[in-house]
Amino acid sequence: MKVNIHLNKRVAVIGAGMTQFRRRILETPQEIAWEASSKALEEAGLELKDIECVVIGSAPDAFDGVNLKGEYLSHGSGGIRKPSSRVFVGGATGVMAAITGWYHVASGMCNTVLVVAEEKMSPARPHPQSVFRYIWDPILEKPLNPNLIWIFAMEMHRYMATYGIKKEEIALVSVKNKRNAANNPYAQLGGNITVDDVLNSEVLVWPVQLLDISPVSDGGAAMVMASEDVARRYSDTPIWVDGVGWTLDNTEWPARDLAYPRYLEFAARMAYKMAGIENPYKELDVIEPYDPFDYKELHHIEGLRIAKRGEAPKLLKEGVFDIDGDIPSSPSGGLLGVGNPIAAAGLMKVISIYWQLKGTAGKMQVKKPVHTGLAQAWGDLMQASTVIIMRN
Amino acid sequence: MVTSLKEEELHKHVLIPYKPNAKYAYTAGQAQSRYLLGLKEGKILGRKCVKCGKIYVPPKMYCDECFRPTDIWVEVMDEGYVMTAVASFISWTREKISEPELVGVIRLLPSNPRDFVYPGIFHRLCVSYEEVRNMSVIGKRVKAVWRPKEERKASIEDIQCFKVI
Ligand SMILES: [Zn+2]
Repeated sequence: MKVNIHLNKRVAVIGAGMTQFRRRILETPQEIAWEASSKALEEAGLELKDIECVVIGSAPDAFDGVNLKGEYLSHGSGGIRKPSSRVFVGGATGVMAAITGWYHVASGMCNTVLVVAEEKMSPARPHPQSVFRYIWDPILEKPLNPNLIWIFAMEMHRYMATYGIKKEEIALVSVKNKRNAANNPYAQLGGNITVDDVLNSEVLVWPVQLLDISPVSDGGAAMVMASEDVARRYSDTPIWVDGVGWTLDNTEWPARDLAYPRYLEFAARMAYKMAGIENPYKELDVIEPYDPFDYKELHHIEGLRIAKRGEAPKLLKEGVFDIDGDIPSSPSGGLLGVGNPIAAAGLMKVISIYWQLKGTAGKMQVKKPVHTGLAQAWGDLMQASTVIIMRN
Repeated sequence: MVTSLKEEELHKHVLIPYKPNAKYAYTAGQAQSRYLLGLKEGKILGRKCVKCGKIYVPPKMYCDECFRPTDIWVEVMDEGYVMTAVASFISWTREKISEPELVGVIRLLPSNPRDFVYPGIFHRLCVSYEEVRNMSVIGKRVKAVWRPKEERKASIEDIQCFKVI
């Protein structure tokens, strides 16, 4: 893979804000975006007039039940009469929004960018599942009546079969993340559960059970990114974006081996190269890999080359990814614990790393000193991956 | 602060139903049309790129690696190995269903177990839930069960399911 990176400006994050993640929030999508955006501006010490560009992230239109969500959200996101754009790459959107904010600044186009991500999953009836029907190939796949969980169950089972991984080992991700979420004031589903709770929960699409999967939720997240000179003026603790990477694989998921996320390896290599990281296991202090399903956190840890193929469950069991472990993983509680308003959940992961590196993560703060963190998201037909690396 | 719906409001909220009367006439395209006609004949067809050797099933008229036209039609076997299998207890609207739907992905032959990309098909498996649950079906050799010739409609449904041989 050839990536030439010509940076005009160094980019920092100087403020962030989130709404709580909940099911059936009564506020409109625009009100949710406004709440997250105002909090981010407040933390950055800026006003909307100081923002030059706006980037909006929202995954599929269909969830909120409105069309063209970028335009729809623009006023709640402070995007009126500014260069505003919307990005969407399915589940990978939240981190893609941050990456897009980054290149707006890195290119020299704007000195300040407000990045806003919002999603309401709960308005869809009878269930948000039905909205996903249109992601399938209309001729070759839809006649089999699939629902979205099918492909992830297929990937999970392939991963388990290839490396001999047991459901008990995977369930530990759900246990860890929901436990971490108990420390997160924005979280929907924090709490203490056991491996048995996961194994005894409702079977949806075997091997996926109810507690293997993140909840349906609504929520918003926003972040202010700025060029170095602005960042130094407004913040004593700017957090630098040192690496970004993103890739799409093909949509032919039945024609490639699902045991390993090749799409993520490419995205990670790009981000590591930019950040000068050679050994991710040694050089990363805290990570937020995308975890809409519990197996996915492990799968992603392997795609990020933090663990060898098939070995993430072993490291998990040894406590490497615990909040007081070598590489705390999803100390926010992840999507499994905080909730999964798709684009907002991805940006939540970036914000969590930002707060960790700034040292303002409160009860979520990991025990050891942290200097380098990574957030990652993934989506579409198991094809899109986005990675961001930050340092303090 | 966000406001959540109260429990009692869940039962008496006003629903605005809207059914977009959208209908689509999808295009199968050159490659998929030929693939569907092949299914009617009981054949699984693919397209081969002679430059990189890749065989596309379902077929494509271009090679996405070489970014050039694929060159020839090839027939692959209606047999292969189960890569993964799952059992769905929910419908696409998330309603519970009592008899699970059993589906999976098959790596069709000829192909190599070391191939990361291979001719593949997503379809139903005619196996038991137990075989899916205990993973014994993964890695098994399977063969297509075709619908009787007169019932075939040039559709993915011309194959009923894949059966262990
Ligand atoms: Zn080729």
